[in-house]
Amino acid sequence: MSAVMGTTLAPVPATVAGPVTQVRVIRAEWTKLRALRSTWWCGLSAVVLIVGVGAAIAGAGPPYHVSAANSAAAGVSASLLGLLFAQLVVGVVGVLAFSGEYGTGMIRATLAVVPSRLPVLWAKLIVLAGLVLPVTLLCAVADFFTATALLSSRGGSVISPTDPGVLRTVAGSALYLTVVVVIGLALGALLRKTAAGLSVFAAVFFVVPIVVGALPHQITGFAPYLPANAGGALWGNPLTTGHELGPWAGFAVLCGYAIVLTGLAAWRLRRRDA
Amino acid sequence: MIEIDGLTKRYGDKTAVDQLSFVVEPGVVTGFLGPNGAGKSTTMRVIAGLDRPTSGTVRVNGKHYPEAAAPLSELGILLDARSVHPGLSARSNLLALARTAGIGRRRVDEVIELAGLGEVAGTRAGGFSLGMGQRLGVAAALLGQPQTVVLDEPVNGLDPDGVRWIRLLLRSLAAEGRTVFVSSHLMSEMAQTATRLVVLGRGKLITETSVEDFTGQATTGGVLVRTPESARLGQLLAGPGVTVINDGTDLLRVSGTTAEQIGATAWRAHLPVYELTPTHASLEEAFMQVTQDSIEYHAGATR
Repeated sequence: MSAVMGTTLAPVPATVAGPVTQVRVIRAEWTKLRALRSTWWCGLSAVVLIVGVGAAIAGAGPPYHVSAANSAAAGVSASLLGLLFAQLVVGVVGVLAFSGEYGTGMIRATLAVVPSRLPVLWAKLIVLAGLVLPVTLLCAVADFFTATALLSSRGGSVISPTDPGVLRTVAGSALYLTVVVVIGLALGALLRKTAAGLSVFAAVFFVVPIVVGALPHQITGFAPYLPANAGGALWGNPLTTGHELGPWAGFAVLCGYAIVLTGLAAWRLRRRDA
Repeated sequence: MIEIDGLTKRYGDKTAVDQLSFVVEPGVVTGFLGPNGAGKSTTMRVIAGLDRPTSGTVRVNGKHYPEAAAPLSELGILLDARSVHPGLSARSNLLALARTAGIGRRRVDEVIELAGLGEVAGTRAGGFSLGMGQRLGVAAALLGQPQTVVLDEPVNGLDPDGVRWIRLLLRSLAAEGRTVFVSSHLMSEMAQTATRLVVLGRGKLITETSVEDFTGQATTGGVLVRTPESARLGQLLAGPGVTVINDGTDLLRVSGTTAEQIGATAWRAHLPVYELTPTHASLEEAFMQVTQDSIEYHAGATR
């Protein structure tokens, strides 16, 4: 090559850049997520929605009495009603993780430095799930202690974490939101547009369950398999009357949606032009 | 080095790049010229692995870039469109990219200083002017000290100081033995910076040459002759392959021959010559001429 110009080229200096590894891409995605203000606003909203709504229900509603018809777990589920709104916030964070990059153009920089692409999807998934799980678990635990303390102080039954199904409900609410953020992420990667991703997410997790719940039961046999209802079985979504799937069967169905959508997102990310 | 072989890229039924083949050598600045819509940005996106070729191959430093183990050390790229997150500071934008290659904060601060972004490194990139955005993009391209640097319209939106900075930067990168491939619509800028040229028109390669040859070949170049005997000298010079334009004054515009030959002809005929100036077409003129031809050719071919 040097012969072309008839000059001797100085050797290219050693570069500072090392190979791309999954761990490094995870650190890169964490750097972005941490530095974005929207992450902190959404986190704060989730805390307020879960703990705040729970405390409001426990403090203002009728005192809850555990009986044969009203399980201790159902009482905890009722105090977790804020999850219905928190899931929207969590979904927004998930959708934006990809659609935000497509919208601003940052995706081009991101994929140019990780041209194998898939590590970006896995990194976002791990970072988001790794953030949402502990944060929502803390929220659910805080909600549990606040709500049960308020209920018993107002003459309701004392609910203990060791009562049947209570631990599952508390931990299940965090697991549910963790899978929800993964579904949001996959929708963002698949649809690429923030408006489209958020609309589909809100329709699937908020509008459709309400509409289906209002329809006659003869034609809504599929209702338990809707993502929000299936996942709701794990934490006892109080709006879903009679959970027809078992808690873990329902959660498995929800995970199934997440896996299929993530698979499609991976396929599209890998195959399509950025 | 960038090797492009038979590259075709179609978006739907629109062909953006058609059977493109050329090589960008290390050690020199190679300019990438072409009118809007010629396929420059598409070619650069394919080089970066963002768009997949419909057919043909693209190799960066001898490798298929999407399979590079350490991409940031192979290729640094500035794309035409904005590719930063407006909600992140300049430093966070760079750090996020740097992390993927295990590059630390020190190098990030280095490129921030290099790009003259020291004072705004902590502010959100969303508020940046076009020029500052360009500087940030160039900083990102330099992060990994890559062997090959591809910049799409780097001087776009830069102030004269920034233009000068880019010019010196590109030359020093090339002097370090790196491959430097840079597109621009500012022909005068290319003439001052680039050594080699790849000229594109309607997605096809028009020419791959040196800046010198490119302007030299252009037929608008010629020799300006001032003589009181313009009519007689014109007659003597005119011949096969030589064009003489005489607008009736003492000025002749001669093309197809050299100043030496004109001088010798005038001396043999004992004609006084007051001025004998070889003129080169500017890169701009040469470019307009070459791409105009290609546009006409294509417009004719489609009918």
